[in-house]
Order: sequence, then structure tokens, then C-alpha cells
Amino acid sequence: MKMTGAQAIIECLKKEDVQVVFGYPGGSVLTLYDALYMSEFPHVLPRHEQGAIHAADGYARATGKVGVCMATSGPGATNLITGIATAYMDSIPLVLITGQVAVPFLGRDSFQEADIRGITTPITKHNYLVRDVRDLPKTVKEAFHIARTGRPGPVLIDIPKNIFAEVIDFAYPAEVNLRGYTPISEGDSQTMDAVFDELKFAQKPLFFVGGGLNLSDTSEIMRKIVAYTGVPTVSSLMGLGCISSDDPCFFGMIGMHGTYAGNMSTTETDLLIGIGVRFDDRVTGRLDQFASNAKIVHFDIDPAEINKNVRANIRVIGDLRWTLEKFYQKLQEKPAQEWQDQFKPWLEKLSGWKKEKPLTYKKDTDEILPQPIIEKICEITEGNAVIVTDVGQNQMWTAQFYGFKHPRSLLTSGGLGTMGYGLPASMGAQVGGPNKKVICICGDGGFMMNCQELMTIADLNLSVKVMILNNRSLGMVAQWQREFYNSHYAHSCMRTKADFVEIAKAMGVPAVRLDKKEEIEAVLKKAIFSEGPFLVDIRIPEEEDVLPMVPTGAGLNQMILGG
Amino acid sequence: MKHTLVVLVENKPGVLTHVSGLISRRNFNIESINAGYTEEADMSRITIEVDADDEYELEQVVNQLSKLIDVIKIIDLTGKDRVHRDLALIKVKASPENRAEIVNLAEIFRAHIVDVNKETMIIELTGEDVKIDAICELLDDYGIIEIVRTGKIAICRGPKAAKDV
Repeated sequence: MKMTGAQAIIECLKKEDVQVVFGYPGGSVLTLYDALYMSEFPHVLPRHEQGAIHAADGYARATGKVGVCMATSGPGATNLITGIATAYMDSIPLVLITGQVAVPFLGRDSFQEADIRGITTPITKHNYLVRDVRDLPKTVKEAFHIARTGRPGPVLIDIPKNIFAEVIDFAYPAEVNLRGYTPISEGDSQTMDAVFDELKFAQKPLFFVGGGLNLSDTSEIMRKIVAYTGVPTVSSLMGLGCISSDDPCFFGMIGMHGTYAGNMSTTETDLLIGIGVRFDDRVTGRLDQFASNAKIVHFDIDPAEINKNVRANIRVIGDLRWTLEKFYQKLQEKPAQEWQDQFKPWLEKLSGWKKEKPLTYKKDTDEILPQPIIEKICEITEGNAVIVTDVGQNQMWTAQFYGFKHPRSLLTSGGLGTMGYGLPASMGAQVGGPNKKVICICGDGGFMMNCQELMTIADLNLSVKVMILNNRSLGMVAQWQREFYNSHYAHSCMRTKADFVEIAKAMGVPAVRLDKKEEIEAVLKKAIFSEGPFLVDIRIPEEEDVLPMVPTGAGLNQMILGG
Repeated sequence: MKHTLVVLVENKPGVLTHVSGLISRRNFNIESINAGYTEEADMSRITIEVDADDEYELEQVVNQLSKLIDVIKIIDLTGKDRVHRDLALIKVKASPENRAEIVNLAEIFRAHIVDVNKETMIIELTGEDVKIDAICELLDDYGIIEIVRTGKIAICRGPKAAKDV
């Protein structure tokens, strides 16, 4: 069938079962946008390209589908950069279509020209510049395949303006042929025997689960493994929700702001089994003191993650959908009761730590503290909401105090730590899962970084509830300045004349300010159970810390504790 | 320790950028890099000499490079029975008085004189890098004006191609 390059892209998106794209038009994608218009393809128009890409990212994290984002050449494309890097660090499947100046104008510093392929090479799983319209269908097919298989990630396709208008005889390839790309699906079952043997002789094993479980939707089988063996389990930020927070074997997040029980367990464990984790420096603290008494087993789909930061004694390379299933089968060789008896003293030790030093905060105060706010949001939503955070203190308090029960229920920029992520990502999550309650928890700093998306949320009447933990400062920066820079609050103070409630109302979102402790429950319920969007400006104290805290360069057992 | 890696890649625009960009941003130490066509029209061959502190660092280099979509295969030729060569073109000062001496030197190294004029000569030499270093050291006495080297390329002995190993 004859059609233009632009029409071919729409056809490709349909073949890939894309439900919606997030994008922003401009000069070099006019032909593409005309094809969107003519085909009435669902499209969300944010107010900034960065909003578009974080929304596509939030959509992908919430649904497990590939998020699709479009932007024009030059500034349109460069506005995507932070979002691409965010998705790349957290292995989020995205396909990004950017316009480019027409082929004859390439390389001449033409109007709105930027070498987006060169710029995004370090932050994409792969990228393309399409110079021949006949390559378009094959390229789009490959891009979706690469984005969603193996370790997922963002893939960018840069398309010069003239390519959109040129005509081809459209045929969508049935399969891809990439000899340099053969993602591992099955692992080596012999390694299971080795892991089994280690576990058989371990006294203090620990499962350390991460974002890989969310990405591969393997939370269910992991829960079975934990229940069967009774092995204490901790999580990275990205792994929260994979194991329910009310599971008696679960001891929360580890790392810089991890729980006391979780962090202590990594110091004492004799067998640390990392599953879908990448041993980020925020998790390990000082590397030579991390799990230094333990043998390490590492389950991951990406061979390059093995031995990158932490040396693994046993590597289990493969898709968790395969390896965890095999692991579970192998564990059946020993009855559940025997496993649980073997690890009972260890589990009791962790439970003791948890009881002795739980996550806590000041109780006798008239101020509105952020921690009980998060607990209250959890109580009202019964732990069933999709929680999207921004970055900083709001993110850590949410990770600590919202009892996550479901996979894909915490959407957060873990690896890159992108302020401004929360609001647009919650918009994307809402577009992807309209029946879920989507709550964006952010700080006053991060909220402002993409607050323009409040307009989009209002115009589309998306049921996003925005909770601003407003401390009139860049809280995490200020916390570090308090701790390590003699309380020199160098440009972290944001006391302002602006009124978030009025900003929200001006953009079409109902909003209230919460500054009285006795109104907490009523206001939060009103916000959460209202129809459509809602914003609450929650006035929390300026100097509240996230605790526990492990200072940079220290081992995980050297925590500054709170409460 | 130095390792010679053969990286077989798709012959597409931008591949060398992907490979060299990855090497620099991952902080790997590269001694030399060379790229060229192969027996297959759609495949290029990049030879990299990498200096890795330990096996883990080498493993990271190989695993990270393998993740690039356009990298078809990576073969570590270190310790394998192989032939490796570097080609150098050296422009050296050569007055009529010492011209004969330089020609003699070149002969000892089985190098070729590929150009002569009143003031200089160009010497072409193929060999292992130590041999090229040695002639350069000697020619330095006459005054080297310019050196260009290809960087190391390598191939395994025996009937098999690297891609089939």
C-alpha cells in the first residue's frame, strides 16, 4: 500500500498496539502531525517536551507497555534529554520519534538543527537516523523490539523532515533480524544447583530485590519464593512493592535512607542474593564494607551488571521470568518447613531489630510532619494507589512510610534522580491506568520544575492528586547543608510570595492549603476522593530530616538514626 | 595487562561513534583503535588494544561493548596464536650526506623507502609495534618530521575466521 513516511509511522504504531503518544509539534514534524490529525490517533499534548517524555515514562512504568513520545527537531529534541536519561537509568522502555531538518540541510547548522543522535548516544539503548524512507518500517519495528526486550530502555528514531513526506509501498516486517542483538531469555539451569547448595548451608541468607522484578512482572513468583523459604528480604528503592510491605519476611528498603533492620542485615548476612538489582552506590554505601561477610549471588538479565560494582560469587544470568521459575522449582527439593526452620533464628533477629529500631518520627508536635502525612495517604488509599514521587526528601519519606503492596505502584526516578519528574509522570500514569488512583507526592522545588503540566492535567481532567510537601526549601540539599556544611543554606531556601493554591486554581485545578494538624484527615480524604485533579499545599516544617541516614563513604551499619 | 580485542560490527554509519563513545564514557583505557572493512560487505572490524587492571575490568569492557546493538561479536585474541601488525609511515630528514646511512637502516628493518626529495625521505614499515618503536628511536637522530601509524591489527593463525571461533 502506497503512503507517506508520516502515514507509515502511524501504521507502525498501530501494528505495535500503541494506544497513545505524548508529544509536542513543531516545524520539522508538521507532516507527521498532519498524519496524526488525519488518522485521529490519540495524542496527549503537554506544555513542555520534558512533560511529554516524563509522561511517556510514567505511562510505561505504570502499564508495562512501551511509552511513545514525539518532538520536533533542535530544541524540541533537546528538551527530551533529561527524560531520556531518566528512562535509561531506570531501564524504562520508550520509543522516541524526533523530527530532524531535511536531509539536504543536515550538518549545516540549519535552523532548529541539533545532532540528537550524537547527543543521545550515551543515554539510549540504541538510536537511529533514518536517511531513506524505505528503511522506516524496519527501523520502527526494530526500535520497539529493542526497547521492550532484554533489559528494556529508550530507543530514539531521528527522522528528517523530507522523509515524512516521501512515499513508500508500506509493508511492516514480520520479524526483526539483528545479529548483534540476541537478548538472553533462558539462563543456565546448572547455576540453580550452585545457588541451592549455597542456600542449603547458609545461616543468614538475604534476598535483595530490585527494579528488575517490577520490569519483568515477576513479583508473584518472588513472593512465592519468599513464602516458601522464609528468607528475610530487603529491597532497593526501585524494588518497592514487589514484596508486600506487610509480609513478615520483608524489612524494607536498604541503603542511604534504608531501615535499621535492612541495613544491619546486609552487614551480617552470610549469603546475599541480589535479584534484578545493580548495586547502586546509594544502596551499597562504602563498597568494601557492603555485605562483607557474605557470598554474593546475582540474578540479572544484563551480563554487564555482574561484577560491575560488587563481585558476585555466583552469577545467574537470564530473564527473571525464566530464572526465578527455575529457582522456585529447584527449591522444592527441600520442604518449605525445613527451609523456614533453618532460617528462623535469623528471621527472628531481623524482626527484633525492626521492633527495636523502627522507622520513626517526632510524635508530640503540633506541626504537620511529612511522615504521618504519607502514612495517612497510605491508610486512606489502603496501599492500593499508584504513587508517583519527585526526587529528594519527598521521595525518601514516601519510600519509607507508604506501605507499598503491589508491583508497579511506586513510580520514581531512582537512578538519575530527576527533580520535576513527578507531576508529568503521574499524568502519564493516569493516562495509562484510568481506573487507578494516581497520587503525585512532590516537594515545592520539584513541583515548580514542571508545574506547567498542571494545565495539561486540568484540561484533560485527569484524576491526579498532587500532594506538595511544602517546606519552602530544597529539603534534601538543606539537610546535607545542615549535616555537612555547618547549616550554610546556600541557595536552598525557597521562601516565596507565590501561592501554590492560587497557581493551581489559575491553571484549572481545585486546590487547598493544609496547615492545621487537625484538618489532615479531612483534607486528604477530600482530595483523594474528589473527581478529577486536586492539589494540596501541605505546609511541613522547614527543617525536618530524612532518617536514618548513612553518610557518603560510610558502611551501611553506620547510620545516623532518628526519632 | 594489555588485551587485543577484535570487535565485529555492522557496517553502518555511527557505529564507530557508539564504540568509541562507550569506551571513553565508561573510563576504559585504550592504547589503540583501528577500524576497517572485512571480507563481508556489511561487516566492519574494529581492533582495540585495551589496558585492563584485572579480569573484572576486561569483563566490563567486553560486556558493555557487547550491549551495543551493532556489535556482532567480540573476540579476545590475547594469548591466542595470532599475527599482529602495525603500519607506520615516517618522514625523516635526509640530507645527501646521510641518505645512504638511512637506506641501510631501513634495509636492516626491511622497511621501504617510498619517497625521497632533497631534504627528506618517507619510510614505510610494517611490523609489530616494538619494531616500529625501535626504528623510530634510531631515526630520531636524523630528525623525524612526521609519523603516522595505523594502530595494531591482528588475525588468528589457523584455518578459522575470528567470527567462527
